Amino acid sequence: MLQIKPILAALKHHRVATFLIATQIALSMAVLCNAVFVMQLRLAHMARRPGIDAANLAVIHYRWIEKHTTQEGGALIATDLSMLRRLPGVTDAYADYTVPAAGQEVELLLLGLRHDQHAPTSLAEDYHADTHTMSTLGLKLVAGRNFRADEIEDIGDMQPYHPPSIIMTRALARKLFPGESPVGKTVQVNNHPSTIIGIIRHLQVPSMNANRIADFSVLVPSRLVSRQGNYLVRARPGQVADVMALARKALLAKDRMRVVSVKRYSDMLAKAYGRDRGVAILMMAICFVLVAATVGGIVGLANFWVGQRRRQIGIRRAVGATRGDILRYFQLENFLIVSLGIMLGILFSLALNAALMHHYELPRMPIWYLPLGTCFLWILGQIAVLPSALRAASVPPVVATRTV
Amino acid sequence: MFAYYLDLALHSLKLNKSLTALMVLLVGVGVAGSMVTFEALRVATGDPMPGRSAHLFVPQIDNQGPSNREDGDEPPWTLSYLDTRALLKAREAQRQAAVYAIRLPLVPADATRAPFTVKGEAVTPDFFPMFGVSFVYGGSWDQADANQGTHALVISRQLNDRLFSGRNSVGREIRLGKQVYRVVGVSRYWNPQPRFYSGSNINDLRNQGAEPDFFLPFSTAIAAKIESAGNVSCKPDYKGDGWGALLRSECDWIAVWVQLPNAIGVRGYHAFLHNYAAAQQRMGRFQWAPDVRLRNLTQWLDYVHAVPSETRVSFLFAVALLLVCLFNTTGLLLAKFMRRSGEIGVRRALGASHGAIYTQFLIEAMVIGMAGSLLGVLLTVLGVSGMGLVFQPKIARFVHVDTRLLGLTVLVSLVTILVAAIYPVWRAAQVQPAWQLKSG
Repeated sequence: MLQIKPILAALKHHRVATFLIATQIALSMAVLCNAVFVMQLRLAHMARRPGIDAANLAVIHYRWIEKHTTQEGGALIATDLSMLRRLPGVTDAYADYTVPAAGQEVELLLLGLRHDQHAPTSLAEDYHADTHTMSTLGLKLVAGRNFRADEIEDIGDMQPYHPPSIIMTRALARKLFPGESPVGKTVQVNNHPSTIIGIIRHLQVPSMNANRIADFSVLVPSRLVSRQGNYLVRARPGQVADVMALARKALLAKDRMRVVSVKRYSDMLAKAYGRDRGVAILMMAICFVLVAATVGGIVGLANFWVGQRRRQIGIRRAVGATRGDILRYFQLENFLIVSLGIMLGILFSLALNAALMHHYELPRMPIWYLPLGTCFLWILGQIAVLPSALRAASVPPVVATRTV
Repeated sequence: MFAYYLDLALHSLKLNKSLTALMVLLVGVGVAGSMVTFEALRVATGDPMPGRSAHLFVPQIDNQGPSNREDGDEPPWTLSYLDTRALLKAREAQRQAAVYAIRLPLVPADATRAPFTVKGEAVTPDFFPMFGVSFVYGGSWDQADANQGTHALVISRQLNDRLFSGRNSVGREIRLGKQVYRVVGVSRYWNPQPRFYSGSNINDLRNQGAEPDFFLPFSTAIAAKIESAGNVSCKPDYKGDGWGALLRSECDWIAVWVQLPNAIGVRGYHAFLHNYAAAQQRMGRFQWAPDVRLRNLTQWLDYVHAVPSETRVSFLFAVALLLVCLFNTTGLLLAKFMRRSGEIGVRRALGASHGAIYTQFLIEAMVIGMAGSLLGVLLTVLGVSGMGLVFQPKIARFVHVDTRLLGLTVLVSLVTILVAAIYPVWRAAQVQPAWQLKSG
């Protein structure tokens, strides 16, 4: 550790090279921290599980050409569904305006504990559910009961609707009634009382960008009768492709005056989160190349320095320095340069994050990225310098006696 | 002389193959990374209407009041039907068009074929000349007819191919929803990216997509109560029910475009908008001072953030990567050149000028740059073809490798190596021959 002074003197001699390495380490650190942060945000978004059994689920979107009354439309949906449920390979089916975790923005539900509450206790998003929803999606009921057939109402588009009873996710129930049993309790849904009759383990909300309320789903006992909607159909394992073709044919044979498009739910999910996946891959690639470039730079320069100082190393060895001394010299030198880079890098990282927050609405990077990045670069630097340092340590003392 | 220096450079580069390879790799990878992300950015920020975008303007009028603003500062992107009608009627611009996106089920005449959804735009007649839509067959419906609300329809060539196998379909009938329309024109391929024209939906603005299948007269669409497929933003307390109420409401959902020839026209139209809003205030419709905007297409795309932020962020990171590679290359070149101080000293002592040293080492750097640019081109081609994995497949479809991109890649590589080499070459030329000879 007494070697710091000669190292500093040597570095002073190579000011430009030292500055170059330190700056590129600083830049690497700034980009690495922020790129890993962006990647982590995207991965976290992708990792949100819809909470349902995504395999073997088909989504059939329909759109009527004629406009129907709520009563007519409700009857059509009911007969469609009973036909779909009877198709070979189908285990169950239900109708909803949206699909879990891969839908568009929906209107939020305001949940409160008292009537005329000033600010809602929680926000949530709803699914229109019937008695078949649980088994179609594969939801797990952890408390209370499912809806009964006589509770399901047909409601028209834009018609105000206040569910008398609801089922909600465990996460939402815990937020509303921490530490209490929620079943049987009354909540205000958009300022109208509703009784919680059941709790499901997990179900992601319809809209894919609702990050803060991702697991705050509510099932309301109704069927939304609109010009268009979705039939969600669960097929027996391995039969989803057959079911998709069969269902489309059967629906059009029953009534041609509609547009029917059939998709695999897993494909919808993959498409919805494709952008996240893309950004994550890109960030990973950038990090990988950046690490490779940084290591390459350190290796190249360390190699050069060792070559340049062969004679000096020989002299030091001749006057009594051990191999270990030489090895530690280069390791310490690298440590100092990398540390200088890291000091700059912390500033760069924070500046880059601030710029990204300001221009691209990125959240603030957690502070622990900085110590993590520091350790990573220290280790990276040590690994990169090791081969050159070992080569330096193996320089024989006899080199000192040679002229070139 | 050049050939000799080239020979020297190759000889020197061969001496330390791994160092040379490292530099070539750094230049290639750094350049390719920034080129691939730049290409994605270029596609996303490209001018959708070259030559026209400076003359196409979006009027914005605050018709919902300052208290109903979501983001605090700007009037809505789109207009209400009331304001749309007023602006169309006023004819204060050279041309004016109203647009909204619609989706309709197309019911094939052949009863054995299933109906399918077609995506189109409800437009006023000026839309075609303003946005440069031209026709393969027939043409636009005429103004007089549009005002009466005929059932005229313009279809895309692609839809024409699908329905009529590409034959002239003018006069043929197509059933959309419950209504039968008569084809008056078949439009040539027209698909500006991003799909900015109906302007109400950020997803349409950001996502590259297919061309419209058809164009329907705006007045027909309004008369037939065809709902917008885009966003309809109403005041939170809007309680209207039905189509008539929507048309009378302050809900905003129609994109209006005006064509203005020059700065005087722009000032004039801005004044007109201001006066219009002031008149609405006097009439009591607006309870606030006029707040209007008039942006041209380029400014407007910028304002609505039509470019997804990840595209810009990726480019930023890639540029930083290029910088790291550049710093690295400088360091390595410095090391490489300074190691040859002895050689430089000998050459200088034998009479080589500063200039000769500069030339020799610049050529050596350029050889690395050329090799790096070859690698860069290779990686850029790979990266661009792999872009479908990373960016949306739809963006990737509009990205392609051409001579322009390859030329740019080579240029950036050479500039990179030149910048990286400046300091090391300068240092090499500064070597003092006497000192070197003495210590050597």
